[in-house]
Amino acid sequence: MATRIFARPSARLKPEQLLEMFWLMLLSRRLDERAWALHRQGKIAFHISGMGHEGAQVGAAFAINRGVDYVHPYYRDLALALALGITPTDFMMSLFGKKGEYSSKARQMPSHFGSKKLNIISGSSPVATQVPQAAGLAFAIKYKQQTGLLDPDDTSQPRLALACLGEGSTSQGEWHEGMNWAGVHRLPFICLVQNNLYAISVPLEGQMAVSHVADRAAAYGVKGVWVDGNDVLAVYDVMAEAAQRAYQGEGPTLVEAKTYRPVPHSSDDDDRSYRSREEVEEWKKKDPILRFEKHLMDEGILTQERLDEYETRARAEVDHAQHAAEAAPDPDETDALGEVYAD
Amino acid sequence: MTVLTLIDAIKQAMDEELERDPRVFITGEDVGKRGGVFRATQGLYDKYGGTRVVDSPLAELSIVAIGIGAALADLRPICEIQFADFIHPAFNQIVNEAAKMHYRSGGQWRVPLVIRAPYGGGISGALYHSQSVEAFFTHVPGLKVVIPSTPYDAKGLLKSAVRDPNPVLYFEPKKGYRAIKGDVPPGDYTVPIGPARVAREGRDLSAFAYGMMAHYTVLAAEQVAREDGLDVEVIDLRTLLPVDKEAILTSIQKTGKALIVHEDNLTMGYGAEVAAVLADDGFEYLDAPVRRLAGPDVPAVPFAHTMQEFFMPNPDKIAAAMRDLAEY
Repeated sequence: MATRIFARPSARLKPEQLLEMFWLMLLSRRLDERAWALHRQGKIAFHISGMGHEGAQVGAAFAINRGVDYVHPYYRDLALALALGITPTDFMMSLFGKKGEYSSKARQMPSHFGSKKLNIISGSSPVATQVPQAAGLAFAIKYKQQTGLLDPDDTSQPRLALACLGEGSTSQGEWHEGMNWAGVHRLPFICLVQNNLYAISVPLEGQMAVSHVADRAAAYGVKGVWVDGNDVLAVYDVMAEAAQRAYQGEGPTLVEAKTYRPVPHSSDDDDRSYRSREEVEEWKKKDPILRFEKHLMDEGILTQERLDEYETRARAEVDHAQHAAEAAPDPDETDALGEVYAD
Repeated sequence: MTVLTLIDAIKQAMDEELERDPRVFITGEDVGKRGGVFRATQGLYDKYGGTRVVDSPLAELSIVAIGIGAALADLRPICEIQFADFIHPAFNQIVNEAAKMHYRSGGQWRVPLVIRAPYGGGISGALYHSQSVEAFFTHVPGLKVVIPSTPYDAKGLLKSAVRDPNPVLYFEPKKGYRAIKGDVPPGDYTVPIGPARVAREGRDLSAFAYGMMAHYTVLAAEQVAREDGLDVEVIDLRTLLPVDKEAILTSIQKTGKALIVHEDNLTMGYGAEVAAVLADDGFEYLDAPVRRLAGPDVPAVPFAHTMQEFFMPNPDKIAAAMRDLAEY
């Protein structure tokens, strides 16, 4: 089925793009691992991990207009955030809660990504609140295009809104209300559900009576598709198609990326209380980074030499980020008082 | 000058803001062809079309959340919640999201959003079409809360709300929609969000109120002036958050006695904050205990007219409270 393979959007990705995707996944993993270590050393108060989700997130990021299209992420989106332009030092500043931290001036817990200049909306911790807001961003895009405030072909402006969340969040009424608006108004909206099978401890079957989150899309008149979230290129393919639909005014898409969280929910969780080690070890064999690494090696795009170079570079960047954050000053006490209202 | 009802002043403000700024749009339940259940948006759908006057699905949370998203994208949404009683599903979006966005993003993201909602009792609306919900939101830094009592202020404050870079809750005393009439100049003017208004000058005591109760309190002041020779100063608070402490203290300095009136139930109502301002910074000026006249501490306004009348403050009850306090 050669024609089908060539029809895949990922077939058009150049080797340097594929390597950049791999690099971002690897960098995210090494940064994430360091965060866990820093927590165990008692140096940081909290970490919530994106491990295992790197393929889904980087595949998604590369399919949209990065840093331009609106993204309303959730707390697991470290690799997505890096792919959009957040730096390791930004992330470390969040972990350590240092003065002038990029997303919230260290008011929010770490991993509450947000950047006006990258069109990443600041999120909260109650889940699914971002979904109807992202539908509102998509509504604004369509409104501006319809009223002449925005040229639909202007690629320097946002042309879609992407919301990210876990499968547990789809139990929230906010998810339903956001999906419903997106469907009713055929909004340029993508809802990316990263289904890692557990909402903290509650497994999928305790969350919904359907097998696929994507099945729920039909209820909203929204196109629903599920994909192997540990296959970065497969995620890229479905996300690229979803983005094209959004750009061309064909309406919203619900993308379910099936993946797994090989670590506890957060630094305060102990996943041994709700799942077996055997299960976790089985899933580690399907790690999205190992899988992509093998694919790129098989294709002759990645060499062992280049991989070693990436590992060295990742360690250096993570070290640098950590040192920069550790050396940065704490916020002043009175920084708590600023920006309650906009002028 | 043209004499307009409260609701026509509100509609005129929206009409002029839609005309002025293409980023302004309206959404809510039945706001389109129907023109709103109270007719606040009547004619606007025909004039501006369905792209800018948008019927929402029947889901209040999403009305607010869509507004937040659109505001983040630099539009200027006016979201209508059909009755203030129905705002509670949107509480999370208002309190956790709209109010905190600017703060939680270190000033990067702003939410220039207006949420309009008719509030208050006295219209046989019973528990779920009569509520006063302002105290839930005046506790939340990051929000502004506005309640007009005159057509002039209604128009000017709504225009200010639309132009404000922050989320503004704009509660409308629905019992006064057609009962309250007043002069409204044609064309553009604004009333700033923040300052209270001296609705009636007086020397004997200060009465602090807002919304329908500000209207009633002025009537009561006129009644006790006629019948008892009392000279009551009425302060229409009109912006509840931020609190205009200066206006409260300026008046108490002059009169020494304070009566606070609201129809929301007494305990933890907005009057508690006004009383606290008086206790903290106005203590030396007080010649009498601070009095509050408010709805009783029952869950909401009951339906039968006898119980409804019992619940609601009215000009006679306010006048009686003024007399009591004046005698202290």
